[in-house]
Amino acid sequence: MIFLFYFLSAIMIICALAVVFSKNPINNVIYLIVCFLAMAGHYILLNAQFLAVVHVIVYTGAIMVLFLFVIMLLNLNKAIILRKSTVTRVSAVITGGIFFLVLLAATRQTFEIHARYPFTSEFGLVTGIGTVLFNEFLLPFEMSSILFISAMVGALMLGKKDV
Amino acid sequence: MQNLTNRSVMVSDKKMTFMERIYIPAILKGMSITISHFFSKKTTISYPEQKREFSKVYRGQHVLKRDDQGRERCTACGLCAVACPAEAITMKAAERKPGEEHLYREEKYAAIYEINMLRCIYCGDCEDACPKEAIFLTDRIVASQYKRAPFVYGKDILVEPLDPNLRIDISARQTEAVHEFKLVKRFAHNK
Amino acid sequence: MDLTTLIFKTIFLFIILLVTLIVAMYSTYGERKVAAFMQDRRGPNRAGPFGLLQPLADGLKMFMKEEIIPLTANRKLFIIGPSIAMTTALLTGVVIPWGGSLTIGGKEFSLQIADLNIGILYVFAMVSIGVYGIMIGGWASNNKYALLGAIRAASQMISYELAMGMSIIALVLTTGSLSLHEIVSQQHGMHWNIFYQPLGFFIFITCAFAETNRAPFDLPECETELIGGYHTEYSSMKLGFYLFAEYINMFISSAVIATLYFGGYNMPFLDDLGLAQNTVTLLGTGFFFMKIFAMIFLFMWIRWTLPRFRYDQLMNLGWKGLIPMAIFNIMATGIYYFFTELT
Repeated sequence: MIFLFYFLSAIMIICALAVVFSKNPINNVIYLIVCFLAMAGHYILLNAQFLAVVHVIVYTGAIMVLFLFVIMLLNLNKAIILRKSTVTRVSAVITGGIFFLVLLAATRQTFEIHARYPFTSEFGLVTGIGTVLFNEFLLPFEMSSILFISAMVGALMLGKKDV
Repeated sequence: MQNLTNRSVMVSDKKMTFMERIYIPAILKGMSITISHFFSKKTTISYPEQKREFSKVYRGQHVLKRDDQGRERCTACGLCAVACPAEAITMKAAERKPGEEHLYREEKYAAIYEINMLRCIYCGDCEDACPKEAIFLTDRIVASQYKRAPFVYGKDILVEPLDPNLRIDISARQTEAVHEFKLVKRFAHNK
Repeated sequence: MDLTTLIFKTIFLFIILLVTLIVAMYSTYGERKVAAFMQDRRGPNRAGPFGLLQPLADGLKMFMKEEIIPLTANRKLFIIGPSIAMTTALLTGVVIPWGGSLTIGGKEFSLQIADLNIGILYVFAMVSIGVYGIMIGGWASNNKYALLGAIRAASQMISYELAMGMSIIALVLTTGSLSLHEIVSQQHGMHWNIFYQPLGFFIFITCAFAETNRAPFDLPECETELIGGYHTEYSSMKLGFYLFAEYINMFISSAVIATLYFGGYNMPFLDDLGLAQNTVTLLGTGFFFMKIFAMIFLFMWIRWTLPRFRYDQLMNLGWKGLIPMAIFNIMATGIYYFFTELT
């Protein structure tokens, strides 16, 4: 088990680095796909089969396909490196830093969650997730679906030429 | 405009009804047609084992006939070559030597007689033109070859074998009506 | 998992792999025969009796052909493409319950390699990864037609995955489980899901045609417009892999349809015969394969009946026809169970 963990982690880190450093956009996407698959492997190691499969379906199978799709259509074969202004760079660093802080805070919270949800063999299966999602987190769950709908409507509005 | 056949249908751009729009009935109808063909008799003829019947007057590979005593009928008159629209026939005449009477019927014969099977269009004009009933088209099929040269058939292939059992039967083509027709045609210029 | 089970599973895995490949191989033969019969022809009948050795001859031919990789192609991805297509096609067979359980020497062995409690979703995941084989191969060929085919494949598969997933949600509402083994055992007797979910079955099978790139939805390889679609530049066994993956996909999706909607290895009269358990299991597997072959025949029947859809028709059918229908199906099923559970 521990060997698998290190193996998957190594794949993930190498692929993530390759995503950042590779010049060819298609290769970037493919490395990201491999990275996601390794992440699904991590979910399985955590006994979260449902999450693993949903991760593969949604992220690897749908979102990354769309990424690949767009990149193929954009014809980015010749690497176009846009010069960015200092303001953009600084704001990018700040945004990234804030996001990192949020992640850090969220990770700290998990210690508390661990205590609330003790690990059982049912943990991470459909039933477990469903119960938690539709009892305790019903409001955020429904809110996020409204968010998705509004995003879809927004995309449609932007996509239509004359409204 | 008047319709030429009763099968013509006016093209219309009408709105499809609900049943037509869901396509399912049309799809099922199509599927019932294909499945009925699935079980129907197959029209293919498995060629080498099974041969399609030819028409009695099929025009295939030529034959140069011999007469009843096994003598070649052709006198190398060249009418077939003149009649040939594809200019596929060439020949070279020679004089019959004494002692060759059992080989050639008349004093003149074709030393070389060649038909280029790639040029030939199998129209049968050579047969019509022949005054000596020597050349006929038969129901044999010209074999395929890998090269062009073998398609030029010489006398070795065209002349029918001497053996009476191996003679090529052309009775379907050499009927009384055909004979009559050719006789009339031969003297047509005298009218 | 103890050693005997492990050995059994390994052997069974190889058997399934072999059976999948053989069925896929003979599907090519079946396809040509069915096509021929429907067009009043005889089909392949020269290689062996009834042309039964034709797939072997075809395979041999594929191996013997010269392997051509275009100069402008991306070599690595060009090779990876067909490999992904083949691998994902073969991976799906793992979760399908091929039969009940065999008792050998007092031990019970299930005729299913992995009884995942999310079996259906696993099938979906594999299908959605399968798109990459086509997309990467099409892009790496560096050819307009291949790229167009790849893009068509991707958009088609994403569009139809949605409707397929939704039809499955309605099915899961009736069964209450995502495990394929559980779904099959619930259909024991004549309680086949097709009677409970006819609309869902219709949506699912339509999407299955689209997902396997079979006619009338074979736009990615539509030869009249795109030469060969995504495999235009492929030759030799790499082409063979693509074609083969299509037939494996067809076999697997037929198996999934038979599992989900036609009761899998269940046959209503099988239990009344009073046979030994092992015999019942083996007979059940036989019936399961008969159901699969019937489905494969349906795939072929439809292919040789219907003309290909136009691209906008395909998208209209997917987004404006099947998805609303699937949502309606979910709602109807949900409302039905809401009220029946209450009383």
